[in-house]
Amino acid sequence: MSCSQTFSDYALRSIGHGLRALPKTDITLCEQFVLIGSGLFWNLYFAILAVIGGFFMATAIAVARTSPNPLLRKPADWFVFVFRGSPLFIQFFFAYESFVLLPRVGIDIPLGFTTLTMETSWLTKAWLGALIVLFLNTSAYSAEIFLGALRSVPRGDIEAAEAYGMSGFSRFRRIVWPTLLRLAWPSYTNEAIFLFHATTLVFFSGFPAWRQEGDALYYASYFAEKTFNPFIPYPIVAFYFVCSTIVIITLFGFVNRRLNRHLAPEHRPRIRYRPQLIR
Amino acid sequence: MEMCADPSLLEGADWLACYLTTVKHQQFYFSFITVLILIFVTAPVALAFGFLGAFARRSAFPPFRLFGFAYTSMVRGVPDIVFFLFVPLALDQMLEYARHKVLCPEVTEPVYRGNEFIVCQAAKLPLNSAAQWVHEAYGFALAIVAFAIVFGAFAANTLDGALSAVPRAQLETARAYGMTERQLFRRIHLPQMWVYALPGLSNIWMILVKATPLLFLLGIEDVVYWARELGGTKTRFSDYPHDDWRLWYFLALLIFYLMLTWVSERGFRFLTTRVSRGHATAGGHAALEAGQ
Repeated sequence: MSCSQTFSDYALRSIGHGLRALPKTDITLCEQFVLIGSGLFWNLYFAILAVIGGFFMATAIAVARTSPNPLLRKPADWFVFVFRGSPLFIQFFFAYESFVLLPRVGIDIPLGFTTLTMETSWLTKAWLGALIVLFLNTSAYSAEIFLGALRSVPRGDIEAAEAYGMSGFSRFRRIVWPTLLRLAWPSYTNEAIFLFHATTLVFFSGFPAWRQEGDALYYASYFAEKTFNPFIPYPIVAFYFVCSTIVIITLFGFVNRRLNRHLAPEHRPRIRYRPQLIR
Repeated sequence: MEMCADPSLLEGADWLACYLTTVKHQQFYFSFITVLILIFVTAPVALAFGFLGAFARRSAFPPFRLFGFAYTSMVRGVPDIVFFLFVPLALDQMLEYARHKVLCPEVTEPVYRGNEFIVCQAAKLPLNSAAQWVHEAYGFALAIVAFAIVFGAFAANTLDGALSAVPRAQLETARAYGMTERQLFRRIHLPQMWVYALPGLSNIWMILVKATPLLFLLGIEDVVYWARELGGTKTRFSDYPHDDWRLWYFLALLIFYLMLTWVSERGFRFLTTRVSRGHATAGGHAALEAGQ
């Protein structure tokens, strides 16, 4: 079988297109490369949606943690403590077991043009259940970063905003928030990288891979099990992840440059890798 | 226990007391100790790996420097789980392959045949005739090596940064006093490094604590294994039938880990004030004020 044939068979295998049966005997290097690369769709899906959702949630939590009202502050503190203090692996198992126990019902959500029926059984599937866990988890870690940045926003900036008559939300949106992002961005880049790496845990925790549709590491461990040779599939996953990590750093670097465009080049903070925030 | 002889007659608290003290539950409790053993054995080994990596990276000899750079960079782009899956398997195969070459030189067929990895009986690790506990200990040792390699790479990054952060003037003064390089490292460089390394090391410790449930992926009967095993639905054929209680078992694990990280955080806060003593930094000054 030629490599282009393999590519059309397996390139979209992880999202349910192409050949149903996975290669079992005479596994070629091409098959390993294509199938493991196809699994990367899942890692990207989880990481992108969780990071985007978590960004807004984290901002809200960080603001809630600086609130003088204990009814806002205490739950936010506890949320961050629970999700940062326990392993993501255990969180996945715990969430899966509690989703399984939910009664099986459908909830109708009117969307205007059509009605979407939400089924609680979706929560036990990786695409929704694991996404929710990852979303909450990255919200907690990012909220901690944003809180640190929020506390470092220069007092003078806020006083100047007050002198201009800004208050409440407009002061937050125009003064506090941009500075917060600017200060938090290098650490936030690291958080995004580690969240991306953490997506490999999904199919090894409680969430089952439906019809053998899994992520990159799922297929790599499949090959390692089938061929009894870990020296090929795992370096392939490593290669894919190194490339993706470089892409993430580049993209976040663009944003970093834009956030700091008012500063002289030598004062701009650089994004540096720091293994501070793994779960 | 006497009263647990016939579980089907028990009710309420007695039933629970007997249920929670079964042999399997005792193994479950012991697995928590396994987690603590893993942490306390891995931490010093990883620290040693970290020092080796940091020295290699700072070495004057280019091949060492290259090795140190490769070692510290490898954890940057690749998820740690990949290493946890890869290292034990790879190490096992490398050891068996080496033993195969030495112990069975008469076998000429290749070791990788089709979809199989075949070494001669004498090269198996551990030997098929070995006791069950030897198999378990071997698996656990491989897991410790995998953890130590990954966390050693994290620690090497931190230690390298901390060694560079010690003020240059301190080292130059030591040289001016005529200390040898060895004395300088032991008396000046190393003691002063800790204060810079501690924030990073405390993070790595937290990561290590939270990585311990991954032992489950390596096929070791750890807390996750037992939580799934014991929590699953037990039918009336079991001595203690119950519904699916996995949620409660995982809740117990969640609380166990929350306590572990909370205690660690406290411990590191104490250590930070301790190593800050006598440093001309804000932290050192605060420690002086507090009279520590």
